[in-house]
Amino acid sequence: MPKHNTRKKDGSFLRLLFYIVIAFFSLICLFPFVLMIVSSFMNEKEIIAEGFKLFPKELSTSAYEFLFRNPKKLMNAYSVTILITLAGTFGGLLIMSMTGYVLSRNDFKYRNSISFFIYFTTLFSGGLVPSYILMVNYLGLKDNVLAMILPGMVSAWSIFLMRNFMKAIPDSLYESAAIDGAGDFRIYWQIFMPLATPSLATIGLFLALGYWNEWYNAMLYIQSQVKFPLQFFLQKIVTQANVQLLVQQGAVVNTSDLPSESIKMATAVMAIGPIILLYPFVQKYFVSGLTIGAVKG
Amino acid sequence: MVKAKNHLKSIAHEVKRKKVLFLMLLPALLFFTIFCYIPMPGAYVAFVDYNINKGIFHSQFIGLKNFEFLVKTGALWSITKNTLLYNLAFLAIGNVVQIILAIMLSEIGNKWYKKVSQSIILLPHFISMVIVGFFAYNLFNYNHGFINSFLISLGFESHDFYSDQGIWKYIIVAFKVWAGTGYGMIVYLATITGISKDIYDAASIDGAKLSQKIKFITLPLLRPTVVLLFLFGLGGILKGSFDLFYNLIGNNSVLYSQTDIIDTYVFRSLMGQFNFSLSASVGFYQSIFGLFFVLAINFIVKKIEPDNALF
Repeated sequence: MPKHNTRKKDGSFLRLLFYIVIAFFSLICLFPFVLMIVSSFMNEKEIIAEGFKLFPKELSTSAYEFLFRNPKKLMNAYSVTILITLAGTFGGLLIMSMTGYVLSRNDFKYRNSISFFIYFTTLFSGGLVPSYILMVNYLGLKDNVLAMILPGMVSAWSIFLMRNFMKAIPDSLYESAAIDGAGDFRIYWQIFMPLATPSLATIGLFLALGYWNEWYNAMLYIQSQVKFPLQFFLQKIVTQANVQLLVQQGAVVNTSDLPSESIKMATAVMAIGPIILLYPFVQKYFVSGLTIGAVKG
Repeated sequence: MVKAKNHLKSIAHEVKRKKVLFLMLLPALLFFTIFCYIPMPGAYVAFVDYNINKGIFHSQFIGLKNFEFLVKTGALWSITKNTLLYNLAFLAIGNVVQIILAIMLSEIGNKWYKKVSQSIILLPHFISMVIVGFFAYNLFNYNHGFINSFLISLGFESHDFYSDQGIWKYIIVAFKVWAGTGYGMIVYLATITGISKDIYDAASIDGAKLSQKIKFITLPLLRPTVVLLFLFGLGGILKGSFDLFYNLIGNNSVLYSQTDIIDTYVFRSLMGQFNFSLSASVGFYQSIFGLFFVLAINFIVKKIEPDNALF
């Protein structure tokens, strides 16, 4: 009996079941996104009368028209998020790749003790209150944009990922460069960094995603509205159940006429838009980061 | 004394020799010192009546008063119980769903189908919990939520989810599993992909059916990974998913008895009541027992799989 024949027949019912279950679960994953996008295009009257629907009677772009007529506040939140994402991602990549490089060097005597110094921070922490007191009373970062950038910039996990990746680069490369007279920093910058591009992409993606989705530190430390990042801005819109935040000061808008429910959803769509658009191109770096596996101290 | 001096000397010598390398390490060392090590002794604030003008170490010492209060009011037990039970549910249900989907996905032959569905299932991992809060609003809002409009269209009455204490534990677990499936599934899928094809081919020749191959090859070979991930999950069992709970429940105090976890309690005591010491007491309790859990788990892992122990 030819082998491929048995394989084809074998478990064909079970395989069909697998296809169906996977499709079903994928639909569950997509459903909230689709519902949100459809809701943002719904006519406000229909939402008030009959609620959010997957198949509305008519579609309307009035929520987006409102957002494009009053773009200032939303654009401001966008620019804060873009600023912290760029600064945090590049800063974090620079610091963590340097650290990973030094820790991967076999001739660096204290690499194990320093690894432990970094690793221990994942085991024990002082907790929220001492960090809060430090940030506010000693570092003076209340209502400072840096309060959203600094705390998430460096992580032990990413440093070890970086170190493990750089360990795989053959020592002979480093040795020949050293013989040619290149200094430690130059070897890092001109030899290791280009070779480490895949891991830089993965960790850069983790960092950028964290900063794009940042709201926690903003909630703790940021007070003035001009410094609200996108996600915190969104959270205010949904928890305070109003879209007043979107309206520019001084602009005369009768809020009772606003399509507030669809505007809420449209604002959220605007916030996840860039992620959805970039997702197909970046997710492979994410997956490769997950499957590198073995993260040890 | 002499030994210590020599030791310092050798460090100084090493620093001089590898100046550039030490300089490159400096930013990260500063980061961990400032943001992780300096706050550690600050946990002492749990044992004082914190006065912002006097600072942590000069405020009135009150010993274990905060802990007494937390135990007496039953708050500590209630939030600990909620945190443990939620995390157990997340771990158990989450892992089962991830394993099942990973096995199913590994048997899908169509490359396009596999790739697209994997991408879709991973998508929820990329959005913030703030957006998940919007999803919940979109679905469960009393006046215009999708589920209520669906119930009404079927002739039922609207259900007020946001004052129904009993239902949120299911909603929270559902969202957590929903958001985490893609991530875990890919980890398990990588393990399954790593299993040698020869084993399956040999089983086919012996006439094994697909269900038998899954039962006798895939599952047993997956077991070490499952045990390991589950154990490490247990190590973090006192760490609550603050972002999920806060964005779903927020300040809706009607739901606290069922949904308050350690992390939300710590946050509320600090930012809501400005009770620094009380908040820090709970935080300290969480850190200490969290450390204990990790050490215990690591001890167990060392016994059964020494190669995978953390340290």
